[in-house]
Amino acid sequence: MTTTQQNINEKLIPILEQISDPEIPVLSIMDMGVVRSAVIEGDTVKIEITPTYSGCPAMDVIGDDIKSALKKAGYKAEVDLILHPAWTTDWITPKGRQALEDYGIAAPLDAEADKSVLLEGKQLVKCPQCGSKNTTMISQFGSTACKAQFKCNDCQEPFDYFKCLK
Amino acid sequence: MNQNLYNYILGIADNSLILGQRLGELCGHGPSLETDIACTNMSLDLLGQVRSYYQYAAKIAGDGRTEDDIAMLRKEREYVNVLLVEQPNTDFGYTIARQFLFDVYHFLMLTELEKSTDLNLSAIAKKSIKEVSYHKRFSSDWIKRLGDGTKESHDRIQTAINDLWTYTDELFHQTEADKAMVEEGVGVDVTKLKEAYYKEVENVLETATLDIPESKYFQKGGKQGIHTEHMGYLLADLQYMQRAYPNMEW
Repeated sequence: MTTTQQNINEKLIPILEQISDPEIPVLSIMDMGVVRSAVIEGDTVKIEITPTYSGCPAMDVIGDDIKSALKKAGYKAEVDLILHPAWTTDWITPKGRQALEDYGIAAPLDAEADKSVLLEGKQLVKCPQCGSKNTTMISQFGSTACKAQFKCNDCQEPFDYFKCLK
Repeated sequence: MNQNLYNYILGIADNSLILGQRLGELCGHGPSLETDIACTNMSLDLLGQVRSYYQYAAKIAGDGRTEDDIAMLRKEREYVNVLLVEQPNTDFGYTIARQFLFDVYHFLMLTELEKSTDLNLSAIAKKSIKEVSYHKRFSSDWIKRLGDGTKESHDRIQTAINDLWTYTDELFHQTEADKAMVEEGVGVDVTKLKEAYYKEVENVLETATLDIPESKYFQKGGKQGIHTEHMGYLLADLQYMQRAYPNMEW
């Protein structure tokens, strides 16, 4: 949480933690850091979410999932998409980073390291399968807007790397 | 409605829409799996950014028009994108040259738009520039790889750069809406980006062992809605579904 604090009513956290990113099902939207505020006003919950990437097609689904989860809990929901402040990979929680690794996606490095990894081919990204840092970038762009493609030179497994965004 | 602001937003957004459409054409047709995915990823980023711009423009129009109407239902003359972005994917050299020549401009423009007094535009710029920095990295990298690659790749990227060079000057032409918005502190003065643009482009071309085109003959017209012959075909493709099945929704 570098730039802004989230403003989330504690009662809503258990509900929101049940909702995951449809493209990375192991990661809840809370661990992803896309929920910026959630407040209860009477029987209505007002929620602000922010996209990871502008074109992220998951945002519409996430909005619908939030509405349906809150409806089950007895609330009406108003979901707003906000662009500012822009999402950064720093907002992924430590628990979220671990969930990514366990799922086989290498978690983002810090911005400077990310740059040298994507530009100079420095071996800093750890293979989520075997832990080796003897890895090579295959492409700066991967299976979704937020990932790059890597392969491990030791265990030979290809894997996704979650690109750093700051 | 603030017509100048509306036109100004379209001036930015149409570039991304049309380039996004061109890149999207490569879906399943890229020269390799990785470049195919890269081009469609960039297309997705651009279309995502376009949605934010058009949603804002629709709000300003305030007459019931939606982002989809603005994207899909205008006539050719009403699109104000620069000629560069509508040029076809002739080969991978052209695709990369077009991308590179636009990305360098796009990055510089967004860097200034971040400072806009219009909070919506500044928020979209701050979001977009993170994505565009990846685009620029990708296209600059490929310019170097192709230029400093084999004789074949060198010649083809050189041909593409030479051909597309004629469309670069238009990036720095101001429209009436531009001038009005610069005055209000909302818009970016594109004329001031020109020097930095050519400096950066020429640096990359030199590293790539490519010649900097000497031609001083430049094409213009896109910003006034006068397009090259490629635009009609592109729009036919883009608008087909809405024209054939009006008001169809996903």
